[in-house]
Amino acid sequence: MTTTPSEQGQGVSLGMPQLPAPDYPDDVRARLETDAREIIARYPGSRSALLPLLHLVQSEEGHVTRTGMQFCADMLGLTTAEVTAVATFYTMYRRKPSGDYQVGVCTNTLCAVMGGDAIFEALQEHLGVGNGGTTDDGKVTLEHIECNAACDFAPVVMVNWEFFDNQTVGSAKRLVDDLRAGAQVEPTRGAPLCTYKETARILAGFPDERPGAVEASGSAGPASLIGLRLARGEAAPARVVHPRDGGPQRDAGDAPPHDASPAEHLSSHDAPQDTSSSDPAHPAGPVAEEGE
Amino acid sequence: MTLAAEIDNDTSPEKLLAPVLSAFWDEDKSWSLDVYRRHDGYEGLRKALAMSPDDLIAYVKDSGLRGRGGAGFPTGMKWQFIPQGDGKPHYLVVNADESEPGTCKDIPLLFANPHSLIEGIVIACYAIRSSHAFIYLRGEVVPVLRRLHEAVREAYAAGYLGENVLGSGLNLELTVHAGAGAYICGEETALLDSLEGRRGQPRLRPPFPAVAGLYACPTVVNNVESIASVPAILNRGKDWFKSMGSEKSPGFTLYSLSGHVTNPGQYEAPLGITLRQLLDMSGGMRPGHRLKFWTPGGSSTPMFTDEHLDVPLDYEGVGAAGSMLGTKALQCFDETTCVVRAVTRWTEFYAHESCGKCTPCREGTYWLVQLLRDIEAGKGSMTDLDKLNDIADNINGKSFCALGDGAASPIFSSLKYFREEYEQHITGKGCPFDPAKSTAWADQRTEVNA
Repeated sequence: MTTTPSEQGQGVSLGMPQLPAPDYPDDVRARLETDAREIIARYPGSRSALLPLLHLVQSEEGHVTRTGMQFCADMLGLTTAEVTAVATFYTMYRRKPSGDYQVGVCTNTLCAVMGGDAIFEALQEHLGVGNGGTTDDGKVTLEHIECNAACDFAPVVMVNWEFFDNQTVGSAKRLVDDLRAGAQVEPTRGAPLCTYKETARILAGFPDERPGAVEASGSAGPASLIGLRLARGEAAPARVVHPRDGGPQRDAGDAPPHDASPAEHLSSHDAPQDTSSSDPAHPAGPVAEEGE
Repeated sequence: MTLAAEIDNDTSPEKLLAPVLSAFWDEDKSWSLDVYRRHDGYEGLRKALAMSPDDLIAYVKDSGLRGRGGAGFPTGMKWQFIPQGDGKPHYLVVNADESEPGTCKDIPLLFANPHSLIEGIVIACYAIRSSHAFIYLRGEVVPVLRRLHEAVREAYAAGYLGENVLGSGLNLELTVHAGAGAYICGEETALLDSLEGRRGQPRLRPPFPAVAGLYACPTVVNNVESIASVPAILNRGKDWFKSMGSEKSPGFTLYSLSGHVTNPGQYEAPLGITLRQLLDMSGGMRPGHRLKFWTPGGSSTPMFTDEHLDVPLDYEGVGAAGSMLGTKALQCFDETTCVVRAVTRWTEFYAHESCGKCTPCREGTYWLVQLLRDIEAGKGSMTDLDKLNDIADNINGKSFCALGDGAASPIFSSLKYFREEYEQHITGKGCPFDPAKSTAWADQRTEVNA
């Protein structure tokens, strides 16, 4: 990432080195340094603070910038190459400006089969963006995600890493519409949504100070309680879970986005194929989302 | 085969289930210190602190508690491996990176009852003489992170963490660390590298973490559920614990039922319950459908079919039937599900999550995906099936860590039980299944005759 490719076709040119990343403004840097020192103090070895520091710089700019990586390197006595190597390894660090709300549709096997594929396809069409794309208003970034440890609530959609359980095509469309309209949206499990930047600050290890945030959505989701209720002899488990028939959420939008006949459906090809942003010339490769 | 419920007295849920960790999740603010204390919270710690650390390790070892993260290694033995009097700091690292496809037990446990983990951590640190513990929580679960932050704050304020815990002389710091999205960090040595601020790639063993773990110091890495089970063992006694389950697999555990079942969710029961018992008590598969294939412990454990409904779900029982208990993530798929589609998707996951460190896994999972996508799309040939097996064989046991073995499991097991279905995709030049029929809402539109 330190060279820009030469436009000239003659021979091999190493090009000009990229200029150093610009600094944060003084006041921003002072504020972030205070936070960073608090994070570093939690660990016996300072380098352990790198993951939370990357969350911290993401809470400042919404994604991990070269400025943010330079800041992490300065704070920890690392090279920017060392920081970049780490920042590019983990999927939660965003590499480009993205929306206030990151909508992740689980398309790992179980959620995909239970409807995650249909939801992801419908949302792409509804929002007019592909995997990793952001709506023009800068509100919503759509992506497919891997298993998020909520299979008993499938299909699952995560928004800024809060749980939206037992989704349908219709409920997911309404969800993104509400996000774009600026309505306050509450997850099935988790606290009323804050922006991606605010979420990143919690991930950096700074507790959510909003009143009621910790207790929001109750002690446990319905599926988490089902065995407990059975063990107590409380009958009728069917009434305990979220309505499987879609219940009040159900509407015309819940129809499959297209009548997938065996001849035309692409099954796994519709969702997770586009995982290789590092090499657009070879989009089929199932390699990690890396590279700038 | 159908799963008509035949509940007799011996198979009633009251007798088959044993909620311990989940016993009060339905109470208001179950995650708070007050509620936890009302349910004997931190009583196990008091009993532990009355013992010597060595006696405590022996007690946990005698209880027979085995790791709940997948491998089933005896927890007390892991603690015993920590060298004592070596002059180095010791660390406890809790693996809360729950990312194995299908696995969904630690996240609801931490959401509803985080103090059971914190109490277990204090007990474990007293035993192994550690003064700093870490919870490595996967980053993608902010609601759980919020409650862990709050529970740790409460525990410090109440004197269960910090200086001189309950007057025992134990000083203990607990750091909650959020990961950043990488399945491989569930592998214990990759987790340690990640916790040291590096790319999460596994380390060569030996040295094992018990000798050279975090910062090259003796380190215990335990799963959330393993540690959270310790307080109840101390409080209610190892004999109580051993009264459940079998001799080699004693105790209670969380089974996570998911997929095409009437009532997906968490079922806490003694080890050794069967899927048939769980389905019988919970309403079975969704109406009008039958079980086709399932995983006993996440996608990395070889899949089972309806022939395996009576396999005791403990470490020995599942092992004897050719799979692994793993994380007890019982993902159930009915006859509407294409097994090729399921395996392709899991394999795409392993390819995406392969850390790239070793060649068999990095290259092997890539080529498996190419072959599987072709087969699923009706563009495969019969020789591809042997090639799949061959590549999986070159990954299995030849990779740097268990991720590669996990990637091979669904390939081997699906070819073993469903080779015909792969062949149908090839001869029929396409997938014979309609994915719309597998969705959670499929049967609301049209009745499906199974």
